[in-house]
Amino acid sequence: MIRVEELTKTFGSVRAVDGISFEVRRGEILGLLGPNGAGKTTTLRMLTGFLAPTSGRIRVGDYTTAANPLEVKKITGYLPESAPLYPEMLVFDFLAFTADLRGIAPGERLRRIEEAAALCGIREVMHLPIAEISKGYKQRVGLAAVMLGDPEILVLDEPTSGLDPNQIVEIREIIRRIGKAKTVVFSTHILSEAEATCDRVVIIHRGKIAADSPTAELKEALGGKSRLALLLEGADAAAVEARLAGIPGVEGVAAAPPDEAGRVAVAVALAGGADPRAEIYRRIRGTDWTLLEFHLQRQSLEEVFRELTREG
Amino acid sequence: MRAAWTVCRRECSAYFASPIAYIVIVIFLLVVGWFFFSTLFLFNQASLRAFFRMLPIVFAFVVPAVTMRQFAEEFHTGSYEILFTLPLRLADIVLGKFLACTVFLAALLAPTLAYPLLVGTLGDLDIGPVIGGYLGALLLGAAFAAVGLFASALTRSQIVAFLTGCAICFALCLVDQMAFFLPEAAARPLAHLAADLHFENIARGLVDTRDVLYFASLGFVALSATALVLHEKHA
Repeated sequence: MIRVEELTKTFGSVRAVDGISFEVRRGEILGLLGPNGAGKTTTLRMLTGFLAPTSGRIRVGDYTTAANPLEVKKITGYLPESAPLYPEMLVFDFLAFTADLRGIAPGERLRRIEEAAALCGIREVMHLPIAEISKGYKQRVGLAAVMLGDPEILVLDEPTSGLDPNQIVEIREIIRRIGKAKTVVFSTHILSEAEATCDRVVIIHRGKIAADSPTAELKEALGGKSRLALLLEGADAAAVEARLAGIPGVEGVAAAPPDEAGRVAVAVALAGGADPRAEIYRRIRGTDWTLLEFHLQRQSLEEVFRELTREG
Repeated sequence: MRAAWTVCRRECSAYFASPIAYIVIVIFLLVVGWFFFSTLFLFNQASLRAFFRMLPIVFAFVVPAVTMRQFAEEFHTGSYEILFTLPLRLADIVLGKFLACTVFLAALLAPTLAYPLLVGTLGDLDIGPVIGGYLGALLLGAAFAAVGLFASALTRSQIVAFLTGCAICFALCLVDQMAFFLPEAAARPLAHLAADLHFENIARGLVDTRDVLYFASLGFVALSATALVLHEKHA
C-alpha cells in the first residue's frame, strides 16, 4: 500500500530523516516508534504530502507523493499531533466543512457525518464549539473528520499524546476498530501503545531505522531472553548458584547476598525459547529453602527500545 | 473551484463569528464618517469626494487588519497542516481566502451607501462618480487584500503580518508623493505604481481599462507571490 524508499529530509544542516525505507501492507496497523525528535513527525508529514522529501520516494498505491499529490491526499486521511482544529467552529460545522472539501455529495453528507460521529463517539458534542470540548473529544472529532472521507490510509501523529488514561484507552479502541478495514500508520513514543495496537513496529532513532518487524517477532527476537526472578528464604547465595547452575536452558544464575530478613533475591537468565521452570522448582523443593516468589519476566518492548536507541 | 468556494464560506463565517470583524467595521465607519461629515457642509457640495479621497489611506490600515489572520493564525494554531493535507489545490486555498476577504470588505463598505442616499436627498448628486467610486473601492480593497494575504503568508504572527501589510499598502499609496525628489526619468514610471492615482481616476467616474488593469495586475502578482511563499513552506 505504502512504499517508502530511501527517504531523506534535511532542514539546513540537520538530517531529520536519514535514508529510511519501509513498507506498509494493506490493512496493516503500523506503529512508528521513536524518542522525541527521532524524525517521526517529519516522516508522517512527508507521507501525507505536507512536506516534500529532500531525496527519496514515497509510493502510495499507484501514485507517488511527488507526481500525484492530489490523488495521494484523496486516499489519505491525516490527523496532525494534538488535532489542531479550527477552535471557533462548531463540531458539526467542522465535519461538514471537511465533508465538502472531501467532495462528498450534499445529499450524502448528513448520513456520512452521523456514521463518523457514531464510530468515534462524539454525538453528544456536535453542537459545541471546538474550543470548548476536552482534548480527548477534540482528538475524536479529528478522527471523525479523517474518517469522513472514507480514506484507504490513515496517518495519525501521536494520537494519544496529552490524553488521560481513560481517553487513551478509548482512542486506541477506535484506532483498532478503524484498523480492521483500513491501513493505519501512527506514531508514538509510548511502547505499550505500539505493543497493544500495532501489527508491526518500525523503530526510528535519529532519523534512521533501528528496527522493523512484526510486533510479536520484535519481542521474540530481542525479548526472547526472559528472566526468572526468585525470592528465597533460608538460603545463601553461593548454595543457590551451585544448585541451579547446569540446568539445561539456564544461562546464568545471579544471587544477591541475603538481606536483613535473610532473603535471597535470585535472577536466573534463561536461554531463548527454553522453559526450565519445572526443573528449577524441583531442585528447590529438594532443599529446606522457602520459596517466596517465582515469576517469569519477559523483556518488555520498553527494554528492547532502550537497547536499540541507547545513546552512543 | 468548488473547493475555493467551500474555503471562502468557512472564512466568511469565521470572520463574523469573531468580535474582531465588528471592531474593524466600527472603527472604519467612525474614521470614514468623521472625515465625511466634517467637510460635507463646509464645501456645500453634493458629492462624496471627501469620502473617496480618504479611502486609499484608510484602506492601507484597515485591509491588512482584515487579512492578517488568514494564514498567520493557521500557522500559529497548526490548523494549516490539516487544511493543506486535504485534497485541494494551493490555488483553491489562496483564492478561497482572497474571496472571503473581498466579501468582508464589501460588507464593510455597504453601510457607507447611506452617504450617497443622504447626500442625494440634500442636493443634486452626480451618480457617475459614486458608482465609479464604489467600483474603485472594491478594486482597491481586493488588490490590498491580496497584498495583505501575502504578508500573512510570510509569518505566524498576526501583528507582523499586519505591519508588513500596512507598510506595503502605505507605500503604494504614497509612492507618487514621495517620488518628487527622484530624477524625472525615475519618478514618472514610479508614479504609475501609485494605487491612489489609479483609484482617483476610477472614482472620478472614468473607468479606464488601464486603471482596472493596474488593480488586476497588483492582485494577481500578490496572490501569485502568496502561493509561491506557501509552496516554499513545503519544500
